[in-house]
Amino acid sequence: MLRSKKLVPYYFLIVPLLLYLGWVIGPMLYTFYLSLTKWDGISAPVFRGLANYERLFRDPIFFTSLKNNLRWIISFITIPVVAGLGLALALNRAIPGAKFFKASFYSPLVLSLVVCGLIWSWMYHPAGGLINSVLRAVGLENLARGWLSDEKTVMWAIIAVAVWRQVGYVMVLYLAGLQGVDPQLIDAAKVDGANSWNTFRHVILPLLTPVTTIVVVISIIDSLRAFDLVSVMTRGGPYNSSSVLANFMYIEAFNNYKMGYAAAISVILFFISAVFIFIYLWRVMQDELEY
Amino acid sequence: MSTAKFFSSPWRTLGFFLLILITLIWLLPFLTALLTSVRTNDDILTQGFIAIPKEWTLQNFVTAWNRGGLHKYLPNSFIITIPALFATLLLSSLSAYALARFKFPGNRLLFFLYVGGTMLPFQVLLLPVFRLTDALGLYDTHLGLILFHTAFQLGFCTFLLRNYMRTVPGEILEAARIDGCGEFRIWAQIMMPLTLPALAALATLEFTWIFNDYLWAIVLLRTDALKPVTAGLATLQGQYVTDWTVIVAGALIATVPTVLLFIFLQRYFIEGLTLGATK
Repeated sequence: MLRSKKLVPYYFLIVPLLLYLGWVIGPMLYTFYLSLTKWDGISAPVFRGLANYERLFRDPIFFTSLKNNLRWIISFITIPVVAGLGLALALNRAIPGAKFFKASFYSPLVLSLVVCGLIWSWMYHPAGGLINSVLRAVGLENLARGWLSDEKTVMWAIIAVAVWRQVGYVMVLYLAGLQGVDPQLIDAAKVDGANSWNTFRHVILPLLTPVTTIVVVISIIDSLRAFDLVSVMTRGGPYNSSSVLANFMYIEAFNNYKMGYAAAISVILFFISAVFIFIYLWRVMQDELEY
Repeated sequence: MSTAKFFSSPWRTLGFFLLILITLIWLLPFLTALLTSVRTNDDILTQGFIAIPKEWTLQNFVTAWNRGGLHKYLPNSFIITIPALFATLLLSSLSAYALARFKFPGNRLLFFLYVGGTMLPFQVLLLPVFRLTDALGLYDTHLGLILFHTAFQLGFCTFLLRNYMRTVPGEILEAARIDGCGEFRIWAQIMMPLTLPALAALATLEFTWIFNDYLWAIVLLRTDALKPVTAGLATLQGQYVTDWTVIVAGALIATVPTVLLFIFLQRYFIEGLTLGATK
């Protein structure tokens, strides 16, 4: 009786856990092995030691991609965080039509990145697109350009789409966080003579720190995952100027059939992400200890 | 605050109009897409985008649906999303129950494995999952894709449901246990009904995520007729390279299911998003 009782949790766990180990944890470990091989995807992988990594650190596309991921991260942890927090503060009060405003800002979230990429590609279109049309209409013709074909603007043009989609998400998280701020604390600060800015800076912002941590970590992870927009809008071009690691890896694996090399790229991506995954896990663990 | 009182302050009124302006700019891509989809390509080419269209048409939607292939891509999205959604909710509620209600060696470790896994960059799984799917004879089948989505989403769902289940008072379950109720029945008849709010929020969110997946669809499927709408749109884009009115109309059709879901289940969608980030 006692023995069978001890087994009960395992009955519940067995099926989901096997699936999870087989499709997530196992594959992750296997990628490490693949990164040490030469593999075309058809014949068996051949062990090559660190050859893929040696090549990777001499590959200029790798460094371009890394730089672009970094630009993505920096944009993501600044613009949507500030804009999302600002909107949350503005909309967390009795404003006529607050529901409409909120829905407008988070509506891009329900669109797939593919749809966002297509619609924005059209907005960026050199001849008929909205952006150049408006620039020409207001006499700023010299600013009009092929946003996605110009090496200087292409990465920022793609990041702008991602930012457009992300602001609503950050806003939702901060709105939830603001629900947890005790209004009495704000009243107390006001009674003590603090102005709006000081109340925000010294009362509200510190109380929102847990939300900010999560927002920043999620933003970084999302930046490192970025693939769909680049794939749909430019495939990394022109001349790899909008390549990001995820897209670089995909092209090496499924267009060039250098799967061992691609695995090495994804391992690098993993190690960069791992830092932030651990920060996140550490946060979750602290919540655990509070129980 | 009444509307009249709100607008009694000039600063508040100014801020309000600023907000309206920002919101309009935010919605501009939607408006652009809608306006483009009802015009003809020739009209845009000859008159430019900022012009009063000479003719209005719904032909772009018809073209995208029929010749563009959305009539086959869109059902595929449901064929993939719905089974994956049910499987992942069912399986994660099982594992969440075990993690929430039992003390056993490795409980914490498993929990962190699930939480950590949700944050992985997909690329680190791409090649092995591609190989595994192929080895199982499931490459280029819907089942292969469903299995992956089910497995990957387990992490996030288990994390949320486990935390939710821990908030259910233990006395209710204990009472059932004393009455001689088996663990499986407690899970099915007591825990699951109590978890319904979390399941609803999670289902809305997961539907959107799985439905909007693009990467795994292009990796695990090859046959055009099997593709979901995301991958289908990429094909459509290649097919109608310069015909943006058709591409944009196709993109709008593709958003209908998730937009409807958002309109009717907005509350659950937002709950799901915040549940995920603030435990």
